[in-house]
Amino acid sequence: MCDTCGCNLTPGNKHLAFKPVAKGATAVSVLKGLLAKNDDQAAHNREHFDRRGILAINLMSSPGSGKTALLEATLTTLKNEFTCAVIEGDLETENDAERIRAKGVQAHQIVTGTACHLDAHLVHDALHHMNLDGVDLLVIENVGNLVCPASFDLGQHLNVTLLSVTEGDDKPAKYPVMFRAADAMLLTKTDLLAVLDDFDPDKAEAHLRNLANPAPVMRLSARKELGMDAWYAWLREQLAAQRARVALGQSRRPAIQSDGQKYHSTTVC
Amino acid sequence: MHELAVAQALVEQVEAVIDQHAASHDQDASSSDAWQASLIRVRIGPLAGVVPELLASAFPLAAAGSRMEHAELEFAHAPIQVRCQTCGAETEAAMNRLICGACGDWHTQVVSGDELLLESVELETSPSLTPES
Repeated sequence: MCDTCGCNLTPGNKHLAFKPVAKGATAVSVLKGLLAKNDDQAAHNREHFDRRGILAINLMSSPGSGKTALLEATLTTLKNEFTCAVIEGDLETENDAERIRAKGVQAHQIVTGTACHLDAHLVHDALHHMNLDGVDLLVIENVGNLVCPASFDLGQHLNVTLLSVTEGDDKPAKYPVMFRAADAMLLTKTDLLAVLDDFDPDKAEAHLRNLANPAPVMRLSARKELGMDAWYAWLREQLAAQRARVALGQSRRPAIQSDGQKYHSTTVC
Repeated sequence: MHELAVAQALVEQVEAVIDQHAASHDQDASSSDAWQASLIRVRIGPLAGVVPELLASAFPLAAAGSRMEHAELEFAHAPIQVRCQTCGAETEAAMNRLICGACGDWHTQVVSGDELLLESVELETSPSLTPES
């Protein structure tokens, strides 16, 4: 958090920083991110991951688009190559964590009760229940929701957003905050495209580009094992990139946040 | 309804601002209760994923009993502006169409419109507790 160098100022808010004080009151200029406390905790989580050389991925989508099925297939393939761990976020039940454990992979379930998203503190608490020794890849499966999870930094390095072909190809246009935050978009359940006449993968990709998002788009089916190799190749590439960053003492934040930082850093200075 | 979580974060931040301000103005820490917030100005861009109207309705719940329960919450307008990496133009954009308004390219960066900022807080001392000067 920066209170001194003025890097929170944007062309849009500059005039407010120098606004005259109203009569009878004292104006205190703050210019801090509203979620500063969450962002501080997220930065702490990220340092924690970097110190251990862990790549952390935040997996987001609407409910039922196949996050857990994707993880089951991914872990089956990669668990002998990398040490993996999973944090599951749901309003209720241990079901998803049990599905991951059945693959022989460590999983911690966060039960949020009624909360519609994970935040950095919930993830931090979860980390204290886990054995992170030697872990290469930590996947945080967020609560199924295309709205709220997009606004809370967890300390992850990458956001991966799923869009299943049963949902409609205009979802990126309807939920721009979520899809703008994606470092990769996965079109899932593509085996069903044959029986759906209203989902055009090219249109989904065009809607993503309209959000100025250059993220790769991968089309796959975890259940039928279609297109999974491109996803595994991307993951391996990201794991190698994280190792290279850690060796240089560097880190990375999800794409839109590092972009925005050039203009108005609200968390790191 | 993550706006309640955002409202709680806002209340925490404003409490910290009041504490900080009171500490720098009063040698006697016990009189810090006399300061209260009268106006809280936030800037929320459409791309921040927080709805100002919902935050406004969640705020009184989060602020109840605090030193800002009577404060007015003011929202600064934050239009979406993108800068084109191809032609360099800065144009306004719609939240699901962040392409350059001049050349139509999608290789743009959001310059403003994704802010989630506490900009300023106006503080006053409650009259009954203000020492005569």
